[in-house]
Amino acid sequence: MDLLTDFHSAAPEVLLALFGVGGVLFGAIAGDRSSRLVRLASALALVAASVLSFGRMGGSEEAFNGLYLSTPFASLAKSVAYAMAAVSLAMSGASVRGTGLERYEFSLLTIFASLGAGIMLSANDLMALYMGIETLSLSSYVLAAFARDNLRSAEAGLKYFVLGALASGLLLYGASLIYGFAGGTRFDVIAQADPSVGLIFGLVLLLTGLAFKASAAPFHIWTPDVYEGAPTPVVSFFATAPKIAAVALMAGVLFRAFGPHQASWQGVVAILSAMSMLIGAFGALRQTSLKRILAYSSISNVGFALIAVAAGPEAGAPAVLVYMSLYVIATLGLFAGLLGLRRKGQGLDLVTDLNGLLKHKPGIALGLMTLIFSVAGIPPAVGFWGKVQVFEAALRSDLLWLVLVGALASVVSLGYYLRLVWAMMMKPAGEPLDNSDFGTGLVVTATALLSFPALTILIGRVLELAAQASVG
Amino acid sequence: MAGALGVEHYLAVSAALFTIGVVGIFVNRKNIIVILMAIELILLSVNINLVAFSVFNGDLAGQVFALMVLTVAAAEAAVGLAILVVYFRNRGEIAVENVSVLRG
Repeated sequence: MDLLTDFHSAAPEVLLALFGVGGVLFGAIAGDRSSRLVRLASALALVAASVLSFGRMGGSEEAFNGLYLSTPFASLAKSVAYAMAAVSLAMSGASVRGTGLERYEFSLLTIFASLGAGIMLSANDLMALYMGIETLSLSSYVLAAFARDNLRSAEAGLKYFVLGALASGLLLYGASLIYGFAGGTRFDVIAQADPSVGLIFGLVLLLTGLAFKASAAPFHIWTPDVYEGAPTPVVSFFATAPKIAAVALMAGVLFRAFGPHQASWQGVVAILSAMSMLIGAFGALRQTSLKRILAYSSISNVGFALIAVAAGPEAGAPAVLVYMSLYVIATLGLFAGLLGLRRKGQGLDLVTDLNGLLKHKPGIALGLMTLIFSVAGIPPAVGFWGKVQVFEAALRSDLLWLVLVGALASVVSLGYYLRLVWAMMMKPAGEPLDNSDFGTGLVVTATALLSFPALTILIGRVLELAAQASVG
Repeated sequence: MAGALGVEHYLAVSAALFTIGVVGIFVNRKNIIVILMAIELILLSVNINLVAFSVFNGDLAGQVFALMVLTVAAAEAAVGLAILVVYFRNRGEIAVENVSVLRG
């Protein structure tokens, strides 16, 4: 297999890598005047990568001596992740104007982070997995601290970096033990290894690192702080593309490299899942900041996705993809609202800032309510069907207790989701909001439509694709 | 080729370094630079592991992996120090116990 075929198999990632390097050169020459152009081109490159990945759903392709393997499962996850990154980048445009964030590096760091997410998802080897995770993480640390004159942003970057580096260290130590006891770094070699104490110990350390990247409890401590401190356009990226990549990677590694050892990791993943759901649900109850609430909501939703991971490859793989795709689409819409709505030039920060939104901006408020229902998993929004899929997968694998914990967490989390809806609908209106731009309304409407069963045909198609994808 | 030393000796050294690194992150209350050093220690313990396994299993992949880890460790230190400088400019100090603007 020559280099050209390898490059062809990995086309979405090769495209992003070449674009990123070329963009750095171009930006260095053209300077910050080019930031709008670079942002537009980056969003287009991400869309192209998303389309390319979607086209690769038909089968599995191996490249670079087995380091890289694009399975249909990974291709679907990549396609969603790139599309989310593209939209979050495009909608950051209006909100960064005049904030000092309007620099070309912003777009390129998003490109490199997405590239890392793509490599993670198509990794078929511990080395590729580690390089992917680090490409994503190192770009993310810088993005979190991007508003460099702002103490909160700098602190968010610092906390993210210190905890992230510790998690990478744990993951890497686990990877080295797995390499030693399995006799190789490729996932198919690891899958054939005999279970030994060293291998299981390595697996647990590896899982710890991955759980940190996916912000699953008890490794979630960084999430609320980073969400609160980092600039909102950056958080809209963190909450979507890396999230689906991390959860799908966790599923991919466990299913492909440790499939035969399911008995050893099922309990660990189930506990991670239960803790995430409960901590996410109870933690958000006493928060007043919108971004912190969204952070706890993401912890809790990762917990739900991990139910499907614990359920194992046959039952869980399609459910993971469906659940995470629906969740990140709805989250993207919520962030579009958070980015686009402003009052006297200031972005919304607290729950009380939403007061009377239905009166001021009925269209956007209705869209946001649909999205909140979808994230909360209330019928008829599609988030409910995601939850049904996940619970069904768990029941097929005899994880009834986990379903009960999930149901409890859903009920508790209604408390804060409905508080948001209540503020929009019932509270007396505060100061009027500024006029939002066209893009905000567009993204909120589009994601709300996707989260509403009006488009059931499309959702049916996604479910079908996910079911096909999980076979590979 | 490694004389009387077995792979377990290397693993013991590496486990000790790893533990010192992890504990170093948590007990240190004074200075964030020390945390960066502790992180380097963890990555180096991983490299000892990888090279030892590579030699004793007769498989070169571990040494390639160790080179990758070295490269990433350098990039990680650069990014970490850059963020530290940004933080210091805003805050004027780098004591760990005072990193607490964000809480809730």
